[in-house]
Amino acid sequence: MLLGRTANGLYWMFRYIERAENMARLIDAGLRMALTKTSDAPEEWSSVLMSAGVKIGYDAKYGEYNASLVSDFLLRDLGNPSSVMSCIETARSNARMVRTALTREAWESVNETWMILKSTLAAAVPETDLPRVLDQIKRETAIIRGAFHGTMLRNEIFNFARIGTFIERADNTARILDVKYYVLLPSISYVGTTLDNFQWESILRSVSAHRSYRWVYDVEYNPVNIADYLILNARMPRSLNFCYSNIVDNLKFLANDYGTRHACHDMAESIMTRLENNDIRTIFDNGLHEFLSDLIYQTYGLGSKIAEAYNFD
Amino acid sequence: MKPFDEMIKTGGQVRPPYEQLQCWLDTQNPERFAQKARDAENVFRKTGITFAVYGDEEAAERLIPFDIIPRIITGNEWRRLSQGIEQRVMALNAFLDDIYHRQEIIRAGRIPRELFTHNDAYLPEMVGFRPPGNVYTHIIGVDIVRTEENQFYVLEDNARTPSGVSYMLENRETMMQLFPELFQQIKVRPVETYPKQLRQSLAAVAPPGCNGTPTIAVLTPGIYNSAYFEHAFLADQMGVELVEGSDLKIENGKVVMRTTEGNRAIDVLYRRVDDSFLDPLTFRRDSALGVAGIMDVYRSGNITIANAPGTGIADDKALYSYMPEIVEFYTGRKAILENVPTHRCSEPDTLKYVLENLADLVVKEVHGSGGYGMLVGPAATKQEREDFALKLKANPKNYIAQPTLALSTTPIMTEKGLAPRHVDLRPFVLVSDRIRITPGGLTRVALKEGSLVVNSSQGGGTKDTWVLDD
Repeated sequence: MLLGRTANGLYWMFRYIERAENMARLIDAGLRMALTKTSDAPEEWSSVLMSAGVKIGYDAKYGEYNASLVSDFLLRDLGNPSSVMSCIETARSNARMVRTALTREAWESVNETWMILKSTLAAAVPETDLPRVLDQIKRETAIIRGAFHGTMLRNEIFNFARIGTFIERADNTARILDVKYYVLLPSISYVGTTLDNFQWESILRSVSAHRSYRWVYDVEYNPVNIADYLILNARMPRSLNFCYSNIVDNLKFLANDYGTRHACHDMAESIMTRLENNDIRTIFDNGLHEFLSDLIYQTYGLGSKIAEAYNFD
Repeated sequence: MKPFDEMIKTGGQVRPPYEQLQCWLDTQNPERFAQKARDAENVFRKTGITFAVYGDEEAAERLIPFDIIPRIITGNEWRRLSQGIEQRVMALNAFLDDIYHRQEIIRAGRIPRELFTHNDAYLPEMVGFRPPGNVYTHIIGVDIVRTEENQFYVLEDNARTPSGVSYMLENRETMMQLFPELFQQIKVRPVETYPKQLRQSLAAVAPPGCNGTPTIAVLTPGIYNSAYFEHAFLADQMGVELVEGSDLKIENGKVVMRTTEGNRAIDVLYRRVDDSFLDPLTFRRDSALGVAGIMDVYRSGNITIANAPGTGIADDKALYSYMPEIVEFYTGRKAILENVPTHRCSEPDTLKYVLENLADLVVKEVHGSGGYGMLVGPAATKQEREDFALKLKANPKNYIAQPTLALSTTPIMTEKGLAPRHVDLRPFVLVSDRIRITPGGLTRVALKEGSLVVNSSQGGGTKDTWVLDD
């Protein structure tokens, strides 16, 4: 038994930690794209903002897209609730609220990340420093993950935290794919141009999968394989299949612990079934964009159903 | 006159309780020592042992400075102190029971009725109601100062929701981490049993209708409260839920908390929310920190609230000057611990005296706390004293005055080595089926040379406090 508010705090704490890390990855991929002369840099930054789900907020503030403005908005802007600094502030507030549910190590890792990033992001980050800062953000969130996995009891507290992580991650991966779905469409040609290759690599880079892709598939990027990897591959830790199988598992633990199943269990399992009993060709045939936007919508609905089931709505 | 120093006698000799510490200090390398002080600060910052200062946006979360030189009290000194404290908290509870029932003390003419009639701290809602176990103030922090080898005074009885106990515990924890060898050489009585004792104390005053293990929760105003760290710390150490008002509601005559498995009843609520915010139906209507209807549940005996609502009347500063009478009235013996002589500015002759002697007195607001709204005469400028005199004349009832006590000093570590600073002591007392007093307490120290204000909100620090097991 947990307070509903504690479950809520854990869930959001881990959603925001995950989001902070995803922001760092997105900026990283954007920087890489902007370096390739063949691409249209403003166009790339615009799609980074779209993947991050904050384009409206950005457009209300700035009139142009470039590396320093976009990265500042995504890293430091406290007016942007999804900026890395906002995410870490929110994650820490939630951690403070649920402190009694965390091990000392888990709490301290979040608190230290907050202290470190507050100082790192106190002033605008020069473009030359961006790679170092992005690495630092990824390293900090990795430390939080490590402290959490290494010390937390595998009970309901753990389950709510994991559900938060994977709901956020599923949403994120689906958005990244959806923003770029058109470059994956095989309608024009199966052999990509140089630009296509950069685009494809950028998608993989946004989920830190550009190297592992080659271990699983081929040295050559191929849009169908990329989509397969990020949607259906059960071993890729940021694929939709992987996220959903973790959501389902953690929900199952809760159902066993509490002795009750809720509507959210059925919903998560039915989404999981769709991911398991599907092949990438069928998804393409039925429309990649339709598939992805439906999944984003369903993931949002699942989050609400979980909150409702466990009294933290 | 030089104030009494607890470590060094006037002739430069070390007092016996500090002898072993002095030997150890002599063997320490100053650089390592400075490093240890920085280590301590890092531990506190990492752990998030911070407090908020209201109205100070920049320093939203600050550390209370920690000094690494322990303050030492002998077993004998402690025995006398703890007897005095025990007598005092018994009297406080008897007094609360009396003034919410027969009011014998007023009938006996020992204290004036006016003290209650227009006093917000006196809650009519408590009249005729007897809390479980007949305990009103379960958790007390008694502020004690020392002026001589054998002269201690009680400065105030914090009978509402005293804070600082987490610092007492973390200070010890930190000292043991930094200087484990010291604890092998010197036998110090433990403090770390406090959370367990708190839990036992709270469980022992569960409502009579509670079967089995009582469900206990700590009620906090939330993460923006200055003492939030302590609330979380205590809930964690006791292994109970930390709840906010929004987690609670009334269901079937019980206070329940909303959990992932539905609503669960709470039997004992250790609340760290002030009386006026406890129940918007009874007290402040705009309060979102409490639970609507909790007073009805309380009065029908379905929940224990610690401390009981209305205990504030016992540590009201207007009442403080009557404490010697109160202790004697209920315990039949003279108070073991003395009160600081106190002038009630409400009395015209006294007001005149206070105004004439502002430069030598400490003047406090009757309802103030935390060192806010007080005047330390000897430390104030002429202008400050004149400004304060105007406030005093405008509303004399609102003030009491006390002589400036020469608070004892103990050494702290400064950049130039050890230097004496003024200290006070807040021992923590638990009242329930029996009285439990943790040996030691929280020593607060004024870090500024010569300063007498030890409050953390005014730049004070803390020290580990040792009661020797001798």
